[in-house]
Amino acid sequence: MALARALLLALLVSTAALAIDEKPAFDDPAMQARYESLTRELRCTVCQNQTIADSNASLARDLRREVRRLMAEGNTDQEIRDFLTDRYTDFVLYNPPVKPRTYLLWAAPGLLVIIGLGAALMVVLRRAKAAKDNPAALDADNETGSP
Amino acid sequence: MKVRLGVLLPLGLFVVLVGFLFFGLFNDPREIPSPLIGKPAPTFTLEELRDPQQLISTENLAGQMYLLNVWNSSCVTCRQEHPMLMQIARSSNLPIIGLNWKESDYPEDPEIGRTRAISWLSRFGDPYTKIAFDKEGSVGINFGVYGTPETFLVSGDGVILAKHVGAITPDVWRDKFMPLISQGGGSAS
Amino acid sequence: MIPELGHFALILALLLAAAQAIFGLVGASRGNVAWMRAAQPAVTGQWVFLSLSFGVLVWSFIQFDFSVRYVATTSNSLLPLFYRIAAAWGGHEGSLLLWGLMLATWSVAVAAFSRSMPLPYKSRVLGVLGLVSVGFLTFMLFTSSPFERLVPAVPDGNDLNPLLQDVALAIHPPMLYLGYVGFSVAFAFACATLIEGRLDVAWARWARPWTLAAWLCLTIGITLGSWWAYYELGWGGYWFWDPVENASFMPWLMGTALIHSLAVTEKRGLFKSWTLLLAVGCFSLSLLGTFLVRSGVLVSVHAFATDPARGLFILAFLVAVIGGALALYTWRAPALKSEAGFELASREAFLLFNNALLVAATGLILLGTLYPLVMDAMELGKISVGPPYFGKAFLIPMVPLVLLMAVGMHAIWKRSRLGPVMNLLWILLGAAVALALFVTLVVYEEFHFMGLVGFTVGFWLLGSAMVEPIKRFGGWRTLPAGFWGMTTAHVGVALFAIGVTGVESYRIEKDISLGIGETTVLEGYEFRFEGTKNVQGPNYRAIEGTVLITRDGKQVTTLHPQKRFYASGGNPMTEAGIHGRLRRDLFVALGEDLGAGKWSMRVQYKPLIRLIWLGALFMAFGAAVSAMDRRYRARSKVSAAVMTGHAAGEAAR
Repeated sequence: MALARALLLALLVSTAALAIDEKPAFDDPAMQARYESLTRELRCTVCQNQTIADSNASLARDLRREVRRLMAEGNTDQEIRDFLTDRYTDFVLYNPPVKPRTYLLWAAPGLLVIIGLGAALMVVLRRAKAAKDNPAALDADNETGSP
Repeated sequence: MKVRLGVLLPLGLFVVLVGFLFFGLFNDPREIPSPLIGKPAPTFTLEELRDPQQLISTENLAGQMYLLNVWNSSCVTCRQEHPMLMQIARSSNLPIIGLNWKESDYPEDPEIGRTRAISWLSRFGDPYTKIAFDKEGSVGINFGVYGTPETFLVSGDGVILAKHVGAITPDVWRDKFMPLISQGGGSAS
Repeated sequence: MIPELGHFALILALLLAAAQAIFGLVGASRGNVAWMRAAQPAVTGQWVFLSLSFGVLVWSFIQFDFSVRYVATTSNSLLPLFYRIAAAWGGHEGSLLLWGLMLATWSVAVAAFSRSMPLPYKSRVLGVLGLVSVGFLTFMLFTSSPFERLVPAVPDGNDLNPLLQDVALAIHPPMLYLGYVGFSVAFAFACATLIEGRLDVAWARWARPWTLAAWLCLTIGITLGSWWAYYELGWGGYWFWDPVENASFMPWLMGTALIHSLAVTEKRGLFKSWTLLLAVGCFSLSLLGTFLVRSGVLVSVHAFATDPARGLFILAFLVAVIGGALALYTWRAPALKSEAGFELASREAFLLFNNALLVAATGLILLGTLYPLVMDAMELGKISVGPPYFGKAFLIPMVPLVLLMAVGMHAIWKRSRLGPVMNLLWILLGAAVALALFVTLVVYEEFHFMGLVGFTVGFWLLGSAMVEPIKRFGGWRTLPAGFWGMTTAHVGVALFAIGVTGVESYRIEKDISLGIGETTVLEGYEFRFEGTKNVQGPNYRAIEGTVLITRDGKQVTTLHPQKRFYASGGNPMTEAGIHGRLRRDLFVALGEDLGAGKWSMRVQYKPLIRLIWLGALFMAFGAAVSAMDRRYRARSKVSAAVMTGHAAGEAAR
């Protein structure tokens, strides 16, 4: 049983054969570029963390086909994303949508940098003041620029 | 001992982190909850698996509560679930509608898959009142199916009441489906 | 019989690790010299038995012993010798054993190279390492023994996952583990310092070379993984922000912060508690990574076979080790404040900003990786956080960091003296912008804003890093190794930035189908498909395509992408055909046989991608050079008891 499980896992992981479509989905380079960009941000729902562009799983192939169909029918990128999230939830988007529940996620980079630099600046200012108030202490040791 | 906030912060954050990790251990990160619960079931018109001349559509399914079971003949778990489905078919008057999904993998001809699915049923038993043959796989996608077996409980008005991913076990049947079935006025045992 | 010996050796190793922990920690707190001295042979003994155990495992693989369950699941009769050996760490149990062995190896090294350390301190360090070893060995023996037998034995095994049958990927885990585990040394130093309530900073000088060594191993490990993903997975990518990749990147980022923070603590006795916290943090992130990979909490192609029971054990271990260390920190840190000052544009200030940005970057990756889990826990639904998020988010701390680096590396200790060099830096910035404009508009013939930014930042950093070496060229022999190490590593960062900018801004990928004799053109390179033939490998058969690449009529190369079918089954593997030059890679991967001689394939043009790995190697090399600085190797002439006070009192010259 454990053997079968391990084998199953080995199969799941060994999805290295490339998910290349038969031919370019679209002759129009702009559409093709859109298609390639879209399929690289959509998640394969049966894979271990792969985009539908990269996965050769059968369902990924079907989902690519759906994307092509929707594009050919004139849907916008957002309409195509909505089509998939209506069926599979936001799980299927590698680019998390900006909603109240993801505000923290999207704000985090800026927030963390500001908080970090802010805290560092406060320490630096305090130490700079200490240096100014007590210049003699600074001359006590003779370190210079070597790392 | 005066303890500053900054010093307590790392330990505090760690405790919160461990809490989330602990939760994560009992959670399946790959399971996708269905966004269709409480919404109308997607409409479809497909050929009956066993009789290509007959068409199955959501219109002629309406009016009665039913189970929609997504399966194919290469699915090992479906095979394990099968006796349970046979029992449900025997003991309750809830129709089980099959959705044969992704029977054939590209580039196999779907008709070969049809034949194979039919012989699977004749070998193991056929609990289905009707079986919709999803050759392209798009109906399954409309239902948000990502694996087999998956089972939906659809109300008489065509609203999806529940979805179960994986095999239906007696516990699942009892705890998840039966309460909804009795609520809807249906009967099952 | 022999596998049982391996198992028995593990048990002995566990007992010795326990002895190491007890003798080291209890001996030190009781001042019992005999006990403290006993910690060292315990370390050696533990290492001997772990090596024995690992040797037995490798032997079982070499001898095709399929009665051992782990061998049966990760190897098979056709597997070539090299990969049979590598398979020893290809699965969960074996890789844990490798972890344990690495930990024992680092412990032995610390014991051997620490003559100048006072005995109680050294014993505590070894004691803490012993505790960590006890945790790992217990975990192995109770839940994940690689020596479990299969009764009855199977005639043949499953095979090592074909993805792992590759040289780079065989070396990647050992290098990674050397890095992860290497941070346990800094961790042990930090814990020993906290336990003792030490106020002096000699420990920072002792810890630094160990940290550099661990960091450089981790750098190489991550680089190997990225390089392997590029040429083996067939989609031409080098980083996917997969949870397991992030799990290795976070300790790396924090390790970078730690190396820089140790410099300040060592030099000026400042940021003591912060540095200690970072040291605890790095190893904590290593352990967290182990948890994420083995517990099933996150979805990843890299995850081992997952098991919540194991996950629970590792979580308990995490709580004990990290919780314990953080509790120690909370208790001791307040007493460690120092009051020395430094000016606004001094080296200390820049290093503090460096740390703030690196820790912010670590935090944002942690948040992004765990966000789906957190949302799920709070019943807010499922989301995925992938490259579109991380790619953008990561730039936010990184661009300021690189910009500050270009200036900060010229700062001196204590004082703001950047005036003179700033003029030069402004000129260099102007030159960098001009060069970046040239590269984007003339070389690549396409304006790309982020490309311009990236090239400017990279070129500026490169120029800035070269200022001191060029200025001091005459007396280069007198410069300390630390200086050359720093310069090399910073040059590495610049190359890395330039490489990433080139690839991300100007790469071209095309999915096409070609019949025999048909061509496609990409960036002036003509790719002609010449057909396929069948080839036979040791444990696979393959279809090999031939693609001729020419440019302006002159032949550039012939590539042979393959599609391999391994005898053990599974999906076919793609081996891409790659022609690599520093200025660009040409990449071809086979897709499907469309019949009538036509094949679908993906061709790619990847400018400057090699600079990414070259830059990383420079970083690793820089760390190696720094670690060899004479001041780390000097035997202290002053007795350990005199090592107190701030950096001014240090006599190790």
